[in-house]
Amino acid sequence: MKVGIVCPYTWAVPGGVQQHIRDLAEALIGLGHEVSVISPADDDTPLPAYVVPAGRAVPVPYNGSVARLAFGFLSASRVRRWVKEGGFDVLHVHEPAAPSLSLLACWVADGPIVATVHTATPRSRIMHAAYPALQTALEKITGRIAVSEAARTTLVEHMGGDAVLIPNGVTVSRYEKATPLPGWPGEGGTLGFLGRMDEPRKGLEVLLRAFAELAVQRPGLRLLIAGPGDTGDVLDKVPAPLRPRVVLLGQVSEEDKARVYHSVDVFCAPNTGGESFGIVLAEAMAAGAPIVASDLDAFRQVLRGGRAGELFETGNPAALAVAAGRLLDDPERRATLSDAAAEAVRAYDWPVVARDVVRVYEAVVAAYGQVGVVR
Amino acid sequence: MLIDVILIAVAAVLVGVYVSWRAGRLDRMHARVDKARAALDAALVRRSSVAQELAACGLLDPATSLLLAGAAHDARAAGEPNELAESDLTQALRAVLSQPGFRTSLDSQGNADELLAELESAANQVFLARKFYNDAVASTQAARRRWLARALGLAGGAPMPVFFEIDDSLVAPTGETGGSDMPHLTS
Repeated sequence: MKVGIVCPYTWAVPGGVQQHIRDLAEALIGLGHEVSVISPADDDTPLPAYVVPAGRAVPVPYNGSVARLAFGFLSASRVRRWVKEGGFDVLHVHEPAAPSLSLLACWVADGPIVATVHTATPRSRIMHAAYPALQTALEKITGRIAVSEAARTTLVEHMGGDAVLIPNGVTVSRYEKATPLPGWPGEGGTLGFLGRMDEPRKGLEVLLRAFAELAVQRPGLRLLIAGPGDTGDVLDKVPAPLRPRVVLLGQVSEEDKARVYHSVDVFCAPNTGGESFGIVLAEAMAAGAPIVASDLDAFRQVLRGGRAGELFETGNPAALAVAAGRLLDDPERRATLSDAAAEAVRAYDWPVVARDVVRVYEAVVAAYGQVGVVR
Repeated sequence: MLIDVILIAVAAVLVGVYVSWRAGRLDRMHARVDKARAALDAALVRRSSVAQELAACGLLDPATSLLLAGAAHDARAAGEPNELAESDLTQALRAVLSQPGFRTSLDSQGNADELLAELESAANQVFLARKFYNDAVASTQAARRRWLARALGLAGGAPMPVFFEIDDSLVAPTGETGGSDMPHLTS
C-alpha cells in the first residue's frame, strides 16, 4: 500500500508522537509498504528518506504549554501538494485535534483517512463546537485509533466518537541485545530505575525507601538510575552512608537506554499511577530484564498477571523490598521471568502493531475509495 | 503669650489643610487607577473578542482558527484578566499575523479587511490602556511610599495598586515600525 502519514509536530524534536510515527513508518516499510511522512522540520535537520519537510513549525502557546505547530495557508498548500502528488491509498494523520498539519490534511483531503489520537482532552469539544468548519474537517476522518484507554474514553465521553485501541509499540530488536555498562551489574547486585526522577507518579521515592531497607542487609547492593531530574534532590532522599551506592546517569541516549536495561539484576517500575500503558515496562521486557512492578492494571496486563514480572503492592516500599530481595536471591526465577517477559513483549513489537494498523487501513480503503484533494 | 497661641493655632490649621490636601490627592489617584484599570480590562476583552471573530470568520485555515479560538477562549476563561493568558494571546496573534502569505491570502476576502483593521485598533488600545494604567499605578505607588502617607495611613483601606505586565506588542522583534510604538497591520 502507499501510505501517507502526517506528523503535526517538528520532526527532530524529542516527543512521543514523533517517535511513534518514526517507528510506525519504519515498521510499515519493513512490511513492504511505501511510506511518505510529511512533517514540519527545521531547515538544517537531517531527515530520513521517507520524510517530506513541510516548512518550519512555530512555537505557540496552545492548551497550556508551548507547542511547535505548522498552521497557515502556506502549510495548508504544502500538505495539499503532497496529497495531490502522493497518490496515496490511505492517509494516516496523527493528533488531528491539534492546530497543525494533521488538521489541515483533513481539511484539504477526502477519501480513506485514518487518525491516531495520542491525547484527547475534553477541551477539544469546546473548541470544535465554536467553529463548524473544524468539525467538517474532522468528520472526514473515516477511522480512529487511540493509543491508550484514557484517550479512547475521552473520545467516547466528550466527543461522541469511538476509536479502536492499538497501543504504542516497542522496537524489540533495539533492546534485545546490548552490552551492559562497564562495571555493571557488579557483584553485589543492582536495582534499576528509568524515568523522570522528579515526577512523583513515576514512584522513585518508593524505590529509594525500599533500597534503603535492602541496602542495610546487602552490603554490595547498588541502585542505578537513568532519567532527567535534579540529582541533588534525589540524593537528599537517600541516607548519607548509602549515597555512594546510588548512581545517577541523568538523561541517556537511546542506545545507552538499552544498555541500562542490561546492566541491572532487577528492574523496578514503582509507578504509583497515571500509566496507561507503560512503555518503559515494554522496553525493559524487550531487554529481558527481570522486572518488579507496581500492581497497576496496565502493568498487570502487560506482565501477564505476574508471569512475566513480579508485582508488588502499589506505593508500598516494604512490599517492593520483599519482592526485589526475593528476586535478587533467586537467579533461576530471574531467568524464568526474563524469558517470559521477552515472550510476552512480542505482542507489542512494532511489526505486530503495524500489522494491526494495516488492518485498519484495509478496512477504510475498502469503504471509502481513493484519497484525493477537495479544496 | 497670646501671639504664640495664635501662631501655633494658625500653624496647626495650615498643617491640617495640607494633610487633608495630601489625603484627597491620594484618593483622586486611586480613583484614576480604578478608571484606568476598567479601561484596560475593556480593551483586553475587546481584543479577545476580535480574535474570536477572526477565528470564526471562515476565511482562515482551520488550524489558524483553532489556535486563535483557543487563545481567545483561555484569555476569557478566567473571568478576570490574566497576565499569562493575555501574553499567550499576544503570542498567538503575532504568530498568526507573521505567517508568510497571511495578508495576501486574505486580500479583499469577505470582511477580512474590516476584521484586520478592528484587530489593529484593539491591539493598539490594549497597548495604550496598559501604558496609561501602569503610569497611574507608578504615580500612586510613589505617592503612597512618601513618609507622610505611610505615617498617617493616608491611603485608608485601599489596596496598593499593582502593575499589569504582559507581552502586548504585535510587532515582531525586528521592529519595522519606523520608530513608532504602534503597529500598523493594515498598511
